[in-house]
Amino acid sequence: MENNAADYENSFYQEKGRYNGVLSWLMSTDHKRIGIQYLAAILTFFSIGVMLGLLVRLSLIAPGKILSQNTYNQVFSVHGILMIFLFIIPGVPVAFGNFFLPIMIGARDVAFPRLNRLTWWLYLAGAALVALSLFTSGGPPDTGWTFYAPYSIRAQANITLAVTGVFVLGFSSILTGLNFVTTIHRLRAPGMTWFKLPLFVWTLYATGWVQMLATPVLAITLVFIILGRVFGVGFFDPSRGGDPILYEHLFWTYSHPAVYIMVLPAMGIISEVIPVFARKKIFGYKAVAYSALGIASVGYFVWGHHMFTSGMSDTARIIFSFITFLVAVPSGIKIFNWVATLYKGSIMPNAPLYFALSFIFLFSIGGLTGLIIGSLAPNLHLHGTYFIVAHFHYVMFGGAGFAILTALHYWFPKMFGKMYPEKPAKVGWFILFIGFNLLYFSMFILGYRGMPRRYFDYPPEYFNLHLISTIGSWILAIGLLVILVNLLRALFRGTQAPSDPWGGKTLEWKIASPPPAENFHEIPEIK
Amino acid sequence: MSYERGAIEKSGEQRDQTGAKYGMWFFLFTEILFFGGMFILYSVFRAKYTQDFHLAAGEENLLLGSLNTAVLLTSSLSIALSISALKKENYRLSVQLQTATVLMGLIFLVIKYFEWTAKISKGIYPDSPVLLKMSAGQILFFGLYYVMTGLHGLHVLIGIVVISFMIYFTKTGNVTSGNFSKLENTGLYWHFVDIVWIYLFPLFYLIT
Amino acid sequence: MQGETEKSDHIVPYGTYVNVWIALMLLLAATIAVAKVEFSKYSVFANLLIASLKAGLVLFFFMHLKYEKWVLKAMLFMVIATLTAVIALFFADVMFR
Repeated sequence: MENNAADYENSFYQEKGRYNGVLSWLMSTDHKRIGIQYLAAILTFFSIGVMLGLLVRLSLIAPGKILSQNTYNQVFSVHGILMIFLFIIPGVPVAFGNFFLPIMIGARDVAFPRLNRLTWWLYLAGAALVALSLFTSGGPPDTGWTFYAPYSIRAQANITLAVTGVFVLGFSSILTGLNFVTTIHRLRAPGMTWFKLPLFVWTLYATGWVQMLATPVLAITLVFIILGRVFGVGFFDPSRGGDPILYEHLFWTYSHPAVYIMVLPAMGIISEVIPVFARKKIFGYKAVAYSALGIASVGYFVWGHHMFTSGMSDTARIIFSFITFLVAVPSGIKIFNWVATLYKGSIMPNAPLYFALSFIFLFSIGGLTGLIIGSLAPNLHLHGTYFIVAHFHYVMFGGAGFAILTALHYWFPKMFGKMYPEKPAKVGWFILFIGFNLLYFSMFILGYRGMPRRYFDYPPEYFNLHLISTIGSWILAIGLLVILVNLLRALFRGTQAPSDPWGGKTLEWKIASPPPAENFHEIPEIK
Repeated sequence: MSYERGAIEKSGEQRDQTGAKYGMWFFLFTEILFFGGMFILYSVFRAKYTQDFHLAAGEENLLLGSLNTAVLLTSSLSIALSISALKKENYRLSVQLQTATVLMGLIFLVIKYFEWTAKISKGIYPDSPVLLKMSAGQILFFGLYYVMTGLHGLHVLIGIVVISFMIYFTKTGNVTSGNFSKLENTGLYWHFVDIVWIYLFPLFYLIT
Repeated sequence: MQGETEKSDHIVPYGTYVNVWIALMLLLAATIAVAKVEFSKYSVFANLLIASLKAGLVLFFFMHLKYEKWVLKAMLFMVIATLTAVIALFFADVMFR
């Protein structure tokens, strides 16, 4: 791979390396090939997760007629485990981060390409273990995705295997974060100073740190569960002096920061898309960059707000509630800066902007309802109800999920070299948006009226809202189908994409679509 | 920040040894949090059952524990010296020092094995009838003892395997004075494992 | 920090390492002595202090932290501070329950 000019005319799809067929993908250390594979994987798991979610919703309009109680528990648990650990946590960094981080900082690859390939293999292995746990002795986990002890230590289901799978996935996530942070420190092109970095790179940097510092805590917690099940070590078992609340602490010490692993890079995507389609520079670049670090560091210390009703001390509850309010500040900075960027911009109303704007709207609802449940008194009423379910779907799906759709439409021409038709994308967006709000806003009302989450059955007065929510789930599914079919068709029949269809200013738009194997003929100098 | 400029060529002619070192440090940061989770449980349970922990720690063999600490600290010295020797192109000495490190790692594990078997023969191990009859604090203390020294021992074992590879690499000229980052990173890892033990030792053997 | 050159290939003399090792052994003896004397409450504190001194020696000399750039030191400090804050938050619950 000497600086042979021909190498830079072929796209990375043509540059196969030493292997052929499937192996040319699996064995590849090219960050772009790894990114594409991850993208295919997360979208697959997302589709399966959506189907399980539809099943849960379907069961709720006719409790007992479609799923048995036990199957219902298993279906919502697997829905959670798939969506969280296989789709939304790896989500943006592994797919879009892998593909675009090196290009955006003017590098040929990540710092450790072979380590990057290892994360992909670990991800596959983790996914295989989780899949295996569904079909082998004991049956699928029925603990919910949170694996709360002591139930997870005593349950008959195949928890050990599922937890091992999640452990392996965590390892993959740690190594991705480590790789990205090293890459950003070491491989920036000459002149690419910290405050010239694209904002997506800033959020990946902050996310990388959260991945490195939070995921190991999950790892050790999962090890404790496995040791509890296999060797009878009872750290969370009250009959052996243990303390189940400590499990919740350790679990949320990871799983709250994990929310920022999902949402921070999503915010980075929005920070890239908004200025391009408003034809303006981002308003308050440094504030947006610093707020990513702010969210990452403050967000690490707010996990206790998941446990206000667990029996935690009042002192801790007040402290956690206070820090929770603090984290709203940097999030607010981002929202205001995006809106200020749009102000007086000459806006191009293309599909990516539709998704980005609905991100702002839906994420704001998710964030503001987060403040309601982050304050102690309302939390006592709302904890463990559909209000929580609605809140986190607005943040996870309305936030991170919509950002992935934004990125898919924004970077599709670059990743695949094809343009997609605008109209179906917008129609799909519209259906999705309507369905989404029907599905999840009903849950806010249900939760406010006292419908507990994860329940199989309910009193008749909740039926109407459950019905609206379920109908919403069908509309949402149709919207997703329109969007995905549109993109899949474009993959095969789309017109050739120019290198910069949107007028983007970051480095990925300076190279061909799809990019050549080594990204840059010569490493660019940034002035 | 001029030192951070420039890209590594994929062909690997210009090695970014500093980048490799950063990667290793970042990995150790994750290890700090991994062991951190265990230290958190230890400190919480100790605060709750101070008296039981005092009692249970009396079971530990101070002589063997101290001996193991000395062995591990010395092995840290030998791996550090081996890196200096490598950079001075004294490859034979470097290999000898690495071998000494592996041997001391093995001695550590053998001593650990005797400690564990002594305890197990007394019937003290997780889920054992003897242990379950003891007080809550003692059950937790020995649970923590097995989990923490066990996971630490696993790290020692991994270190031994990795250093053995380094010996091979040094002999075959894969690791040299100009290409030292593999050995340097192995050294960082080994020292980190040593630091974990430096804290485990007082927590389990001395605070009686 | 003198100069901006790469200092990763800095060679630490054998003597420095041996001196550090002697210090480590003395601290090991000290910590065992402290445990034998039994000041009750303070012995825990003293033992952890000595452990931290030992860890510091290993970090700064064996792990070359002394010769590294400030970025790495700052990052390590941040990691340790994070862990400390997490422990503090755990105790905010456990101590006041």
